[in-house]
Amino acid sequence: MFVHNLRLGTHSLRRNPLLTALMIMSIGFGVAASMVTYAVFRAVSGDPIPQKSSQLFAPQIDNRGPQYNREGEPPDALNYTDAMALMRAHKAPRQTLLFQVGLSVTPEDSHRMPFKALGYATYGDFFPMFDVPFQYGNGWGAEQDNGREPVVVISRALNQKLFGGENSVGRRITLEDRQYRIVGVTENWDPKPRFFDMFSGNAYADPPQVYIPFTYAIDQRIDTYGNNNCGSDGKRGDDFDSWLRGECVWISPWVELNTADQVQAYRQFLDGYAEEQRKAGRFNWAPNNRLRDVHAWLEHEHAVPPESRISLSLALGFLVICLVNTIGLLLAKFMRRAPEIGVRRALGASRADIYHQFLAEAAMVGFAGGVLGLVLTGAGMFGVGLVFEPQIARLAHLDISLVLLTLLLAITATVLAAFYPTWRAAQVQPAWQLKSN
Amino acid sequence: MLQIKPILAALKRHKAGTVLIALQIALTLAIVCNALFIISQRLDRVHRPTGLVESDLMAIQNRFVGTEENNAAPLIKADLVALRQLPGVQDVVAINSYPLRGGGWSTGVRTDVDAKDSKAHTTQYFGDEHTLASMGVRLVEGRNFRSDEIVEADPQAIPDPAAIIVSKALADKMYPDGHALGKTLYIGDSKKPSTIVGIVERLQVPWNGTWSDSFYENSLIQPVQLTSAFTNYLIRAKPGQLGDVLKAAPAALVKVNRMRVIPSDRGVRTFAEVREHAYKGDRGMAILMGVVCLVLLGITAAGIVGLTSFWVGQRRKQIGVRRALGATKHDILSYFLTENLLIGVAGVVIGALLAIAMNLWLVTQYEMARLSVPYVLVGVAALLLLGQGATLAPAMRASRVSPVEATRSV
Repeated sequence: MFVHNLRLGTHSLRRNPLLTALMIMSIGFGVAASMVTYAVFRAVSGDPIPQKSSQLFAPQIDNRGPQYNREGEPPDALNYTDAMALMRAHKAPRQTLLFQVGLSVTPEDSHRMPFKALGYATYGDFFPMFDVPFQYGNGWGAEQDNGREPVVVISRALNQKLFGGENSVGRRITLEDRQYRIVGVTENWDPKPRFFDMFSGNAYADPPQVYIPFTYAIDQRIDTYGNNNCGSDGKRGDDFDSWLRGECVWISPWVELNTADQVQAYRQFLDGYAEEQRKAGRFNWAPNNRLRDVHAWLEHEHAVPPESRISLSLALGFLVICLVNTIGLLLAKFMRRAPEIGVRRALGASRADIYHQFLAEAAMVGFAGGVLGLVLTGAGMFGVGLVFEPQIARLAHLDISLVLLTLLLAITATVLAAFYPTWRAAQVQPAWQLKSN
Repeated sequence: MLQIKPILAALKRHKAGTVLIALQIALTLAIVCNALFIISQRLDRVHRPTGLVESDLMAIQNRFVGTEENNAAPLIKADLVALRQLPGVQDVVAINSYPLRGGGWSTGVRTDVDAKDSKAHTTQYFGDEHTLASMGVRLVEGRNFRSDEIVEADPQAIPDPAAIIVSKALADKMYPDGHALGKTLYIGDSKKPSTIVGIVERLQVPWNGTWSDSFYENSLIQPVQLTSAFTNYLIRAKPGQLGDVLKAAPAALVKVNRMRVIPSDRGVRTFAEVREHAYKGDRGMAILMGVVCLVLLGITAAGIVGLTSFWVGQRRKQIGVRRALGATKHDILSYFLTENLLIGVAGVVIGALLAIAMNLWLVTQYEMARLSVPYVLVGVAALLLLGQGATLAPAMRASRVSPVEATRSV
């Protein structure tokens, strides 16, 4: 029966090629516009670490007071004093601090030019906390953190560039003018957006190449390559030490908390710490801290570019218009066949038969629209590069799930749009149509 | 116009189709108005002048390797000497940033030493007496820096300069009476005054994001040569020689000193490339919105053609009767055009309200500007015309229906 309905549908679609073409184009364009923008939206608003996003938290401490805060929000990073206090207190099962470093790599082969490698100064907990995958070796441990050792973890890409992809664990590399011992080589690891370093605006930056111990970096007075925010009246200070002691914020802290109790306890610890600072005379305002998990943090940091959201809203409106259009066209198409429906009904077809026939026809239109939409979506993906930074455009691509989603959306939307016209068609009175004939 | 009553009566029998066309017009108007508005805002930003003479200008991003972070002064000097000796080079400056670069320095400035809050926000450029000539900005009042005013400084400890050059926008903001030359400013939380010795016509900040819109022409040039290992060389080539300098300059730098990083990606750029990169997002957004609008209008027109054709087909017999009773072709044509106009007017009224509502929503969500009335009016006119255009073909077909149809059964 279904096959019969499809055959009827094909016949009817062929009979009126202009209307059919209009419908297919309408659906195709609507679906394509929505899917292109959805792909961008998905690329920039996905969960970068789904398995752990509810266990990782970014603590924030207000070290400047209400007069410098925007809408009462504490700064998005910590200064050195508060960051070290969190590390010393050790109130979470795992915790790390990080700031961006940009180090020049000097290849052993003296014919090659030095080049820049960006990465992070951090603590050993970074690797297990963020589930960093390793190709060779591992991260470093507390021993290296405490010993302020010049060890380094490099990325697979950097290892490829320097050592041709061999296992380089145990070898040495020169960063700036210091020698480091390689302890691990990561797999290609690049969560997007880079939730742990939103503070420096690196959400969609190229993947990090090096990781060195935070303690060693501070010892060697390696400056941050990321942002440094001294508030509206703060000064950076005259030298490295006064900068460290000052109130400029530049360190992103992260803690891993596995249970609701641990989260609760950590909040209390933060408030207790701020209260302590107040008693010591450093803060003269009530504790104003935050503890946000990955989702809340990305939301707070506006990780999704406004362009993407605006275009998503407009594209949804676009899809709605195309559907309204399809309803109208289907109505015209179906009602034009009122006499035919009358004959079928008079010959004994039930309302259900009419529904089946017309919905099957609509589904075919939807499928054709979906195929066209798919082609247009593919073309649109090339256009994404025009609108967004290449880092984002790279992420928006046509994969299997997107292909299926496009077809599904097109068919579902068309069948939904067909309900009203079909209902009208099923209401056709056989007697009236026969009489008018 | 006499046909309005019968048209309304006829439309009552086609409620669904009427509502669908009106709805389609309304939604299209709402979205097209907002999209056009976004486009025009983007294009306004793209065409903002930087104040520079942008032709024959290029930039090199440089970072020295293996020097102490703040000991690069002699290296920068050697670079400048080498660059200035190149035959195609007219002038060069070593500077922390330049318009549209994306990153730079900013601070608050005050006119009153005791003021707690700054009076304006501004960017800070640190350069020498070659800054104005290299950038090609026009001095409208006062003078350029003298070479004896230039000091070398560690970026972490910049002395408050005695003399500064400001952009006209900043000068007017600080001294609205128009007499800023010779007056003083306090930079950041400094207690030492800096005297305005020169005012340039226009100089943009390094950023072009919406967050910097409130101060995008507030610039301040300080006579300071930063000694940081990171610097930008802004090079003005002699007219027509930019192509040669683009190749010769980086080669000359590497020849002076190999221990440096000039990023392969965007390390050496003409200013045209800087501009292109800075406004890529704005231009792309405008193109995307433009395409969306065109396709949307096309689809709406197609929808109107489809439904009107259906109506015409359905009413062939009635049309035939009217023709037989003496209606002219013109009467039939104007019947359908008037019908579409009535539906269109209903649609644009709802659409205008929707457009404003949608804009208000965008304003609250994304800090966008308020939609201005002309956009809505243009949209209204465009959609009414579109409706009339789309109705024309089916209406013509209707007008050609012969009176004989009256005698046929379907």
